[in-house]
Amino acid sequence: MKFGIVTFPGSNCDYDAYHAVTEILGEEAVYLWHKEHDLQNADVIVLPGGFSYGDYLRAGAIARFSPIMQEVAAHAKAGGPVLGVCNGFQILCEAHLLPGALMRNASLQFVSAPVRVRVENNQTLFTNLYEKGEVLRLPVAHGDGRYYAAPDVLDALESSGRVIFRYADASGNISADANPNGSERNIAGIINEHGNVLGLMPHPERACSPLLGSGDGARLLESILSRVAA
Amino acid sequence: MARFRLSVRIVPRKGLLDPQGKAVSDALHTLGFEGVGAVHVGRYIVIETSADDARAAGESVKEMCRKLLANPVTEDFEVESAVPA
Repeated sequence: MKFGIVTFPGSNCDYDAYHAVTEILGEEAVYLWHKEHDLQNADVIVLPGGFSYGDYLRAGAIARFSPIMQEVAAHAKAGGPVLGVCNGFQILCEAHLLPGALMRNASLQFVSAPVRVRVENNQTLFTNLYEKGEVLRLPVAHGDGRYYAAPDVLDALESSGRVIFRYADASGNISADANPNGSERNIAGIINEHGNVLGLMPHPERACSPLLGSGDGARLLESILSRVAA
Repeated sequence: MARFRLSVRIVPRKGLLDPQGKAVSDALHTLGFEGVGAVHVGRYIVIETSADDARAAGESVKEMCRKLLANPVTEDFEVESAVPA
């Protein structure tokens, strides 16, 4: 399987994603420069973390109009898998491929720390190798990670099983203390209506080896592999 | 066609948590400005553009706000009337 990892000016997790795909998964990966119009036949698109365009205007607001994003949107609309991590999640929201927005952390501070998230739905392309309710340890590193959407949108996400990850404590309890950024309803990751576009603030690609503090992120990538290859 | 200059004010939508505004409000209180209530921090953007007339320039900038300058989920915008650039 071929992964296409988009590099915007200011992306800084593109190599982490490349490493996770090629070294941990053992699959093929290519970098896709933001000015290109060709996804190079990638099966899965990754929008990595970073600070595309210096977060000018709003995080992800300008990256959304990069030439490659037209192709990414077409890929998503055709049902192709798209994974947006951190800045990638912000870009997916700005591009309206996912609902809602990521706002300044409630603390106003940049948060760089390991957090725990609970798997809310394991019946997805991206989470089928996790247990429902399983608590993962993943790093976050963001200043604008507070997920917000109007209450009716949040209700719709919840009732349709589209909230995929929530910030939780080590026992899996959802609490304000476990919420690193003030996200509505502790939401850390959501999926689109058709289940092929996932956005999350924590970094699974940086948690693919126990040597780096956690290997919990690897199964997210392996889930895609098991489903798309099948 | 003529050149116009327009200013856009973008502010967090009313009622949404605005930690930045709250932090500024708290700091003003600390400085002794006791009368200060809610504070909201937004963006101010100045745009020069060509248009047939001031009204068309205003419409064009509103469209820019809807497409890029403001986030329709979290922000409101206000376009001040166009002046010749």
